[in-house]
Amino acid sequence: MNYGKEFTKGLIRENPVLVSLLGMCPTLAVTTGAFNGIGMGLSTTFVLIFSNLVISLLRKIIPEQVKLPCYIVIIATFVTLIQFLLHGFVPSLYTSLGAFLELITVNCIILGRAEMFASKNSLLPSLLDGAGMGLGFTLALFLMGSIREIFGSGSWFGLMIPFMQGHTMSLFVMPAGGFFVLGIIIAVVCRLAKKKPPKKLGCSACPNAAVCRANCEEVEA
Amino acid sequence: MSTLVTIIIAAVLTNNFVLSKFYGCCPFLGVSKKFDSSLGMGAAVIFVMLCASLVTYPIYYFLLLPNDLTYLRTVAFILVIAVFVQLLEMIIKKIMPPLYKTLGVYLPLITTNCAVLGVTIMNIDENYTFWESMVNAFFSGFGFALAMVLFSGVRSRVDDAESESPAMFRGVPATLVAAAIVSMSFLGFGGLGQ
Repeated sequence: MNYGKEFTKGLIRENPVLVSLLGMCPTLAVTTGAFNGIGMGLSTTFVLIFSNLVISLLRKIIPEQVKLPCYIVIIATFVTLIQFLLHGFVPSLYTSLGAFLELITVNCIILGRAEMFASKNSLLPSLLDGAGMGLGFTLALFLMGSIREIFGSGSWFGLMIPFMQGHTMSLFVMPAGGFFVLGIIIAVVCRLAKKKPPKKLGCSACPNAAVCRANCEEVEA
Repeated sequence: MSTLVTIIIAAVLTNNFVLSKFYGCCPFLGVSKKFDSSLGMGAAVIFVMLCASLVTYPIYYFLLLPNDLTYLRTVAFILVIAVFVQLLEMIIKKIMPPLYKTLGVYLPLITTNCAVLGVTIMNIDENYTFWESMVNAFFSGFGFALAMVLFSGVRSRVDDAESESPAMFRGVPATLVAAAIVSMSFLGFGGLGQ
């Protein structure tokens, strides 16, 4: 097995947000600034690495029928841990991420990697996969956060950008700007990768299909 | 009474669950293609949000808070919601097959959806009383359904005009830009209910 590939695939080629279109909620919600984007990305990476680690170690013990509750409890435990850590060491980030820190639990990237990768692979590849996917997520959030902060507030990581003063468009930091910037970024990424943008964001493209009991054909009909 | 009105206006219009808080974007962008299915999904979300608030409220105030276990909130809530939705699905399937036919397909989709966990967390964080929580849950779900139904109309137009848009925007990017415009229209309600 090529370990390097397990790590790098998540960064660009299978980037969870820009290519697989997962984890849209936090991507849209917390990226009003570059710092928040990185903070959310790294918190998710932490949870992803450790949940992949534990699930990979327990993959022969977790019974097939109750795997979803097992995964959710493991993931929620690490979310609680990162909440404590941020509350103690970076209280400002803890406040600005708000409820979305807790909602990492239901981020479909994490559940998706648990089901698709960690439950089928041994320890080291699972760790690398988690780290790569997490950093790819962080990269996308950092990009979104930077664009929205620069155009919306005329600053970057809280530092004022002189020539942007008086030319900011506050729409970029508003909710509408989130949808707009993400749409543009996905279009540009598809253009650079010379492939067609995904047709739809549907149930059938969802990696959680195996753990979710929804019937995609009925849902999308 | 005035707090209830404030909660309702905030949940439906000014702080709409999908369009300004971004809870539950995946079903919003993924399912909302047809009017009927977005209506069904919206009704299922209202139902699950009400039930989830109904079960998590006593768990927090009578179990976690007195025993100083509030940090277990995330674990407890998500487990209870997952189990409860599955139970509900079985019960509806058994005793109300027609209802199951309209709502049932959406129920599993909603379990691991941040909108449901989001509303239960919000009830606690905002210190809502039991009735305020229930009103908040119902109207948050209603706001979600409203956004989905409105967006399904916009989206069918966008899909019809697909051949006119530049190739790199066809599909998901065009959907996201359309969502941005719908979200912008909800900005007009800003300041209401203060």
